[in-house]
Amino acid sequence: MANIADTTYTKEDALIEELGYDDHFHEHHHGDKYQASFITKYIFSQDHKVIAKQFLITGMIWAIIGSAMSVIFRLQLGFPEESIAWLKPILGKWIVLDSTGMGKLDPEFYYALVTMHGTIIVFFVLTAGLSGTFSNLLIPLQVGARDMASPFLNMLSYWFFFLAGLIMFFSLFLNTGPFSGGWVAYPPLSALPEASNGSKAGMTLWITSLVFFVVSVLLGGINYITTVLNLRTKGMTMWRMPLTIWAFLVTAILALLSFPVLVSGFLLLMFDRGFGTSFYLSEIFIGGQALDYVGGSPILYQHLFWFLGHPEVYIIILPAMGLTSEVLSVQSRKPIFGYRAMVLSILAIAFLSFIVWAHHMFMSGVNPFISNIFVIFTLIIAVPSAVKVFNWIATLYKGNVRLNTPSLFAIGFVSMFISGGLTGIFLGSSAIDIQLHDTYFVVAHFHIVMGVAAFMGMFAGVYHWFPKMYGRFMNETLGKIHFWGTLIGAYIIFWPMHYLGMIGFPRRYYSFDTFDAFRDFDGLNKFITIGAIVVFGVQLLFVVNFFYSIWKGRKQTTRNPWGASTLEWTTPINPGHGNWPGKIPSVHRWPYDYGKDGIEFTQQITPLAEGEEPGEH
Amino acid sequence: MEISIKQVEQQQGTLNPLKFALWISLASISMLFAGFISAYMVRQAAGNWFEFVLPWYFTASTMMIIISSVLAHLAVEQFKKGKERLYKFYLLMTFVLGLSFVVLQYEGWQAMLASGIDLKANPSGAFVYVISGVHVAHVLAGLAGWVVAMVHGFGLKFKPTQKRINRLQLTAQYWHYVDILWVVLFLFLTYYR
Repeated sequence: MANIADTTYTKEDALIEELGYDDHFHEHHHGDKYQASFITKYIFSQDHKVIAKQFLITGMIWAIIGSAMSVIFRLQLGFPEESIAWLKPILGKWIVLDSTGMGKLDPEFYYALVTMHGTIIVFFVLTAGLSGTFSNLLIPLQVGARDMASPFLNMLSYWFFFLAGLIMFFSLFLNTGPFSGGWVAYPPLSALPEASNGSKAGMTLWITSLVFFVVSVLLGGINYITTVLNLRTKGMTMWRMPLTIWAFLVTAILALLSFPVLVSGFLLLMFDRGFGTSFYLSEIFIGGQALDYVGGSPILYQHLFWFLGHPEVYIIILPAMGLTSEVLSVQSRKPIFGYRAMVLSILAIAFLSFIVWAHHMFMSGVNPFISNIFVIFTLIIAVPSAVKVFNWIATLYKGNVRLNTPSLFAIGFVSMFISGGLTGIFLGSSAIDIQLHDTYFVVAHFHIVMGVAAFMGMFAGVYHWFPKMYGRFMNETLGKIHFWGTLIGAYIIFWPMHYLGMIGFPRRYYSFDTFDAFRDFDGLNKFITIGAIVVFGVQLLFVVNFFYSIWKGRKQTTRNPWGASTLEWTTPINPGHGNWPGKIPSVHRWPYDYGKDGIEFTQQITPLAEGEEPGEH
Repeated sequence: MEISIKQVEQQQGTLNPLKFALWISLASISMLFAGFISAYMVRQAAGNWFEFVLPWYFTASTMMIIISSVLAHLAVEQFKKGKERLYKFYLLMTFVLGLSFVVLQYEGWQAMLASGIDLKANPSGAFVYVISGVHVAHVLAGLAGWVVAMVHGFGLKFKPTQKRINRLQLTAQYWHYVDILWVVLFLFLTYYR
């Protein structure tokens, strides 16, 4: 950790001293209560900055596990003829050796890997690791608060996430294997323990883990919303909030309204599993035996699941959008283009995300006339999304862009969001979806638009705010290798999948070499797998860079290394509990005064000069 | 928590952040039950739906929780006015009636079971068990809140400070919510058979 004695008295300090307000925070000494010992400082911490790091590092561990799983199942898809006996020390009985010593991946475990990859990346990495990290880090710092509204609930939020992770991790080692019915857990497969090995204890632990995860999301979300709406500093009106804060606020509202519906779906599923109810199960025969269930509807589960499931993709992407907006504006030294349009697009996307869920179910037997309504709303989402893309590009246009790692990743986000968003228009049309549903076209679409794009936004955020977290910079050379490797590699992986999908390759299949229609494409599958291995390797480079830089990175010498105007850069290099050593700064302008009146940037704490017009519009 | 209250005291006219946070969580709980209710409606529309009348226990329990909610309101009022005896009486009665609500719900389930409506029968019955069961879980959380309030009310010296008023109001706010929630659910289950 950097321990620079940050005792210089800057002009920011003078401004805060003069114009900030005194909340007598430091007269109460509860800073000590939170950071008295190692345990309260680093483990059961109630400081939002430490909790943010806990979310980030836990998310990184899960990202490594989740993406390692994808490499293993890509090996099976790309090289089905090769022996993977060398993985036996890790995977044990899930590698089946034949008489010649040739090791094959157990087909049931293949499904478990696919399921776990999806669950882990969607929930643990891109929900907790992304919005958990940056909402915690940036909300109090950027709105000018000492901490979250309830630091205690905030701490609980992390530990419920940790508990959820622990349960999920434990399920990986079950004798019957982790849950293997797909990350969406559709019944009857998920509801009947006799349906498959993964649906036994693996499913019980999966659903338990996710209920705890929802508790974590709700506790966090309640805090984020309350903090943004109640604890903004003097002068920080809603229209002066950075776009990051708008994105986190709306994300938390989405999570709070959609995750409970998932829980109600899960509770009914638990009753079907444990107590013999027939909410989702109709007349079913297993092994020639008729089961007791009568009259349930598996479609009902799909409705409840996707009522969360669709807002969930915006819960993932909105924080990444917010981070990208902020990074692009700061690093291109220009105000964000169309600030109000950006905010209104976030709100429009959030609203529309609640009325498009059935586009995941076009082929599930929903009424085609009802499908039409969902097609229309789905295509309308392209409008606010396109507004945002236009504004990002317009922000970059004629900007004085610093092509460093954060801005490259932010530009990468825009690239991925365009590529993935375009295919969404295809999939959103129910007629085209008849051909494309459940193929690799879908896999390519959502990986690019909410997988890789969200990761890009997250990386932009990590590289940009790393100095705020650790007082040091990450290595630029490694960062650029990481960026180009990820960008090119991700296109290498997912671009060809569109072709596979149009040919008709179904998702989730263990092997394609027994099908006449598909077996000629083994070259393309090999190509994708090699891409996946390379991208995985490049991410390990990021992990090395991250931990190396925490202790050995270039030290931050000035408080505001990027020349940003938002409040988090007015705190000391290593802010203690309470963020500002003296008074809380007050805010006098919007967060994007870059290049205004010939001045490179003007911080939000600077009052308007004599006769100066406000920059916000 | 002290931090936030400190800050808000300076921003006059702002709602206490904990009360605000509670309102948000209540919105979240509402979505949980909205999920159940919409599942109920979709499943009912699909046919094969067994109609039955809810046992009278549920009507009785509804009365109990409404009265309990009124008493909770009176307890807060008397606490604010500094009337110790009335406050303690209302506090205790709120809890007792809340407890009787849970007992009556349980009796209601027993009556349903006795008439042959169990979990494995038609989903129309199973939905009643799940919806009222999850609601009772939320009521139990409220009762836990009242236990804490009584420990404070009978254990601590009677002193209506702003902090203690706030705390009592939070408990009452949640209690009114589970009350109104049950009335809505009860009317729904009674009239949307």
